[in-house]
Amino acid sequence: MPNAFPFAAIVGQDEMKQALILTAIDPGIGGVLVFGDRGTGKSTAVRALAALLPPIEMVAGCPVNAPTLADSPDWAGLTEDRRESRPTPVIDLPLGVTEDRVTGALDIERALTRGELAFQPGLLARANRGYLYIDEVNLLEDHIVDLLLDVAQTGENVVEREGLSIRHPARFVLVGSGNPEEGELRPQLLDRFGLSVEVASPAEIDARVEVIRRRDDYDRDPAAFCAAWAETQAALQARILAARARLRGLDAPDAALRDCAALCLALGADGLRGELTLLRAARALAAYDGAEGVGRAQIRAVAPSALRHRLRRDPLDESGSTARVARVLDEVFG
Amino acid sequence: MTEATDRAALAATALAVLAVDPGGLGGLWLRARASALREALLGGLPAIGLPLRRISPAIVGTSLEGTPDLVALLAGRGLRPVAGVLDGPALLVLPMAERTPPATAARLAQALDAGRGLCLVALDEGIGPEERLPPALAERLGLVVDLDGIAATALPPPDPARIATARARLPQVATPVELCTATVAAAAALGIDSLRPPQQTLRAARALAALADRATVTADDLALAGALVLAARATRFPDAAPPAEADAPPPGEPAQAPEPGGGRMADAVLAAARAALPADALDRLGAGRGGRGAGGAGSGAARRGNRRGRPLPSRPGAPGSGARLDLVATLAAAAPWQRLRKGEGAAPLPLALRRQDFRLRRFEDRSDRLLIFVVDASGSAAVARLAEAKGAVEILLAAAYARRDHVALIAFRGAGADILLPPTRSLVQARRRLADLPGGGGTPLASGLVAARGLAQRARAQGMTPTLILLTDGRPNVRLDGTGARAAAQDEAMRLAATIRADGTDALVVDAGLRPHPWLATLGAAMGGRTLPLPRAEARGLSAAVAAALDG
Repeated sequence: MPNAFPFAAIVGQDEMKQALILTAIDPGIGGVLVFGDRGTGKSTAVRALAALLPPIEMVAGCPVNAPTLADSPDWAGLTEDRRESRPTPVIDLPLGVTEDRVTGALDIERALTRGELAFQPGLLARANRGYLYIDEVNLLEDHIVDLLLDVAQTGENVVEREGLSIRHPARFVLVGSGNPEEGELRPQLLDRFGLSVEVASPAEIDARVEVIRRRDDYDRDPAAFCAAWAETQAALQARILAARARLRGLDAPDAALRDCAALCLALGADGLRGELTLLRAARALAAYDGAEGVGRAQIRAVAPSALRHRLRRDPLDESGSTARVARVLDEVFG
Repeated sequence: MTEATDRAALAATALAVLAVDPGGLGGLWLRARASALREALLGGLPAIGLPLRRISPAIVGTSLEGTPDLVALLAGRGLRPVAGVLDGPALLVLPMAERTPPATAARLAQALDAGRGLCLVALDEGIGPEERLPPALAERLGLVVDLDGIAATALPPPDPARIATARARLPQVATPVELCTATVAAAAALGIDSLRPPQQTLRAARALAALADRATVTADDLALAGALVLAARATRFPDAAPPAEADAPPPGEPAQAPEPGGGRMADAVLAAARAALPADALDRLGAGRGGRGAGGAGSGAARRGNRRGRPLPSRPGAPGSGARLDLVATLAAAAPWQRLRKGEGAAPLPLALRRQDFRLRRFEDRSDRLLIFVVDASGSAAVARLAEAKGAVEILLAAAYARRDHVALIAFRGAGADILLPPTRSLVQARRRLADLPGGGGTPLASGLVAARGLAQRARAQGMTPTLILLTDGRPNVRLDGTGARAAAQDEAMRLAATIRADGTDALVVDAGLRPHPWLATLGAAMGGRTLPLPRAEARGLSAAVAAALDG
């Protein structure tokens, strides 16, 4: 997308930006779910990601963006190992999309005109090594949601239909956004997202004015606006790259593991996915912060995003999940 | 100058503004039923200069987004996409927009966001606050005009030459910074949370300045833009008195912290917006927030079924189990394969069909209702009265069956609640379970309500509309954790009642006690439902009363 609104120019919404940056540092954290009212910059932030993330190296013409020729699936029929650099894919999944377009299907034209069985890759192939974005995720049809979750979990798309038997890697970060007024998400689906964020429009007039002013400047002259923000944007990108490099060498002390476990226990979060995500997110944040190791500061900063959607619903607790996480954080960490 | 001519003039201005910046403003939300004035306004649409396409709220996905042209493909003319209405710049006109289902609204909204130069004129013919354009769509359409109740007057058609000049002028129009601040302050004072409306206001103001052939947006432009964009989205009335005369903001109203230089202009925008507020605006305030609770567009009350209702796109699947085959879709799925399959040496039939070609019809149906009976089986209930209550429930079950409602039964007694009957349509099973209802012990009402709420939520997730019927004769005396404490148990039950109300579940409390208990009336009110005192009621009277309350 030429001249998307620069990520660095988004005013406020720190938690959402933090969550997206963390998945850029460590895609293994899992997806991000952004819930909030209309007009709070959800879509803007996700669409800005592509321009922020460093480009990926891939085999030229590979439909699944494979890094080497060996990783490129046979059906792509590539023989020449020529590399090219492309922006990180951020693929929009439109509502009302058919299963065929998501998983890929028979290439109708080739089947008809040449009588060949050929596979036409779908959105999952294009999203490999990047992001798959679903706006209004709570309005997506159930069978598509199930399919996406399955692929996101296994990292592989398997198509067994219409006489085709195709598999290809599909590792992507699932980003969903939605408006809680349109309906809740099923708990099973909530749990699969690594991080969840709640966004609201800024309450202070100054921040709101700044949002409007920047958007206005951008609308009038996107190219000039992006140029003005290029330096900040580049600095942010460099910081993400540095964090990626640092991530591997970063250790999590026993105390940090203990903290994560204590938090999840106190909150009664189901399963161990909460602990794992909490730890990974805290480690990514430590890398981003340039910290020596994972400490309480990082755990505290990511705990709301990593845990708020994993709590059991307590019918008598009217305070939101965010307040509950904050309360338990104070209890456990003192 | 009457209000009617005022508003007609506002409509004409909106049309001109839209013509100057159709893609940027997203469109026009026209609240009006069919009238001569509306026709006059729509007659001016060609002046915008975009291809005009009329769409229906029931439009299906393939016509929105385009699909391969199968006819051309089969005729050997290669793969050609048939363009959907959302491809490329166009002016879409959506009549009966208030009937747009949320999923279609969201897709239209995405297309408007994508910046393909689309512009939508939504004709919202809704009556009352609960019939309205879906909020996702209303948000994207910059301009709002309300023509309801305005006697027909002529509308000056837009002047093409003026619009052409204004379009050329638009990129050079500058917006002073303090006007930005004023717009934001005005939107905040009107209780508009989203940040899209202030942006749209600025765009409209720029278009107005361009129409007047000015290089800078003035406060007057902004005030008029505020009337076009902000007024109808207000969720609260701004202070009636201008802040210049008031010493302090009235209590309860958040101080809006006027910015230096921006304050007075914000007032001008506010005044214009207030003047443009329709007369019945007070009733409508807050309706734009969407139905979180009961009522609303009933987006959750639609259900996908395979028997009846409005058709949905068909899905692959094997016929049988009552599903109906979609013949056209099946043929379309099989068509591209014919040459390939003939090559495989398939049976010499005119058409080579395979299992995977089958497409099934799906329909969207109005959702079934789930009646959740929550029956007090504690010792405090008189045995005879409980028996009458059981009889009444059976009669209701029979009626529920006739209406194709589903029924679930929860009994609470002793220390907790049991789901005796999961949601079912089987009257026989329900009858047997209810006959075996064991009695005795304390009254753990809260446990019963927790179980009922869980059931209601699961039912809603499956597309049913749950209704809760609580049958009891007294106050709770057992808490959720099974300990006995009357005051705490009552408190818990009351708080749960509030959460049930917040869920939007319909509820009915039947007080089967000898004397109606005021506490149960309070509980019923907390659940947002009715309370029926039914002393000395025999089964038939009870069921009639409940049925009347449910349908009423």
